Amino acid sequence: MIRTISVDKITENIKEMCIEANHFLSPDMDTVMKEAVDKEESPLGRQILTQLQENLKIAGDDMIPICQDTGMAVIFMEIGQDVHLEGGCLEDAVNEGVRQGYTEGFLRKSVVKDPLIRENTKDNTPAVIHYEMVPGDKVKITVAPKGFGSENMSRVFMLKPAEGIEGVKNAVLTAVRDAGPNACPPMVVGVGIGGTFEKCAILAKKALTRDAGSHSSVPYVKEMEEELLEKINGLGIGPGGLGGRVTALAVNINTYPTHIAGLPVAVNICCHVNRHRTRTI
Amino acid sequence: MDKHISAPLSREEAKSLRAGDYVYITGKIYTARDAAHKRMQEALDRGEKLPLEVDGNIIYYMGPSPAREERPIGSAGPTTASRMDKYAPKLLDMGLIGMIGKGKRTKEVLDAVVRNGAVYFAAVGGAGALLSQRIKSARVIAYEDLGTEAIRELEVEDFPVIVVADSAGNNLYETAVKQYQKES
Repeated sequence: MIRTISVDKITENIKEMCIEANHFLSPDMDTVMKEAVDKEESPLGRQILTQLQENLKIAGDDMIPICQDTGMAVIFMEIGQDVHLEGGCLEDAVNEGVRQGYTEGFLRKSVVKDPLIRENTKDNTPAVIHYEMVPGDKVKITVAPKGFGSENMSRVFMLKPAEGIEGVKNAVLTAVRDAGPNACPPMVVGVGIGGTFEKCAILAKKALTRDAGSHSSVPYVKEMEEELLEKINGLGIGPGGLGGRVTALAVNINTYPTHIAGLPVAVNICCHVNRHRTRTI
Repeated sequence: MDKHISAPLSREEAKSLRAGDYVYITGKIYTARDAAHKRMQEALDRGEKLPLEVDGNIIYYMGPSPAREERPIGSAGPTTASRMDKYAPKLLDMGLIGMIGKGKRTKEVLDAVVRNGAVYFAAVGGAGALLSQRIKSARVIAYEDLGTEAIRELEVEDFPVIVVADSAGNNLYETAVKQYQKES
């Protein structure tokens, strides 16, 4: 059975999700942020984490975006293959949702039309959209506005297979150490291992949208997530990069098959304002 | 320690600030980020005057989100300072006394801070809603066409920042992190 969905519905949902994501943290992020206050040993670090708690309250109560960098809108669309979309071009509908969300929601327009000419598009479009065809008759939309303080500190490493798991761990620690205070710690670290050059980057980005505190279903990957979180929190960077125990709130790793000659690793760093909202239509 | 200062800031007061001080600023500060710095540099290259008096003033690296009705400004947290590193030493040599941002600076910037008795503050990244409430008024004074990147004069009250780099050459990003680093 083919199910028909109007693209207007997609526009409406994306608009709402852009506004929600920028004013309210998702429950998983809210929980790890609260836990961080108790875990932190540094007095200044605790003060900063408490300030961030207050910031979240003001953001929700007064509808002021959590962070002024309301991001470039990254959108994952999982489209069931039994869905027929009607009423216009899907890509236009997605961008229309972003346009309405960023305009009506008083969100910052941070997108420039050309990477070198750099003229602002004034409505935060276009979004970066990742499409995936999946079985079923639903459309699952994840909106993840991404700030660039942390995006700028993200890295791709094309490791040699012989470097193995230690090479991967070193790559992640190197990226986090170099990011330091610039990425607005405490951060969430999304890691993609395997695939190709571009695939590992998308895996890392998608890893950021997985709930903080959840783990990979692959036992060795789960162990690596736990070990890396502990190692990152031993780097001393701390809240705001001003010293402390809570440097990362979560390490989320996604893997994919790769080539006999390669071991691609992408580290996508996100600040504590790790925004993601998912809805299924 | 906690300190309250007013802006513009005297050179003596700037020199008395030490890395790690938690400082509340009240007074007038100015915003400028990437595009405004580029334009200011171009103006200087052409031998023109800058649209703001840098001597004794503090520049806040910030581009706000739009203000809702009856509010002076939207979310207003710091942006990464390193992107302004190329331009900062010149402005410091012209008398700029303070910078508010987040993240590491180059040696050239830190040297210029020491040379001029200036100060680099960090505001808490990602605390834009909270910081917004400490801004009492905002007025675009130059480069309006740059939108969020225009230069704004802000009136702030008890605006919370932390001294990262001081005129004695201390750098909190280095010293504080070492204190909590675990041997591995």
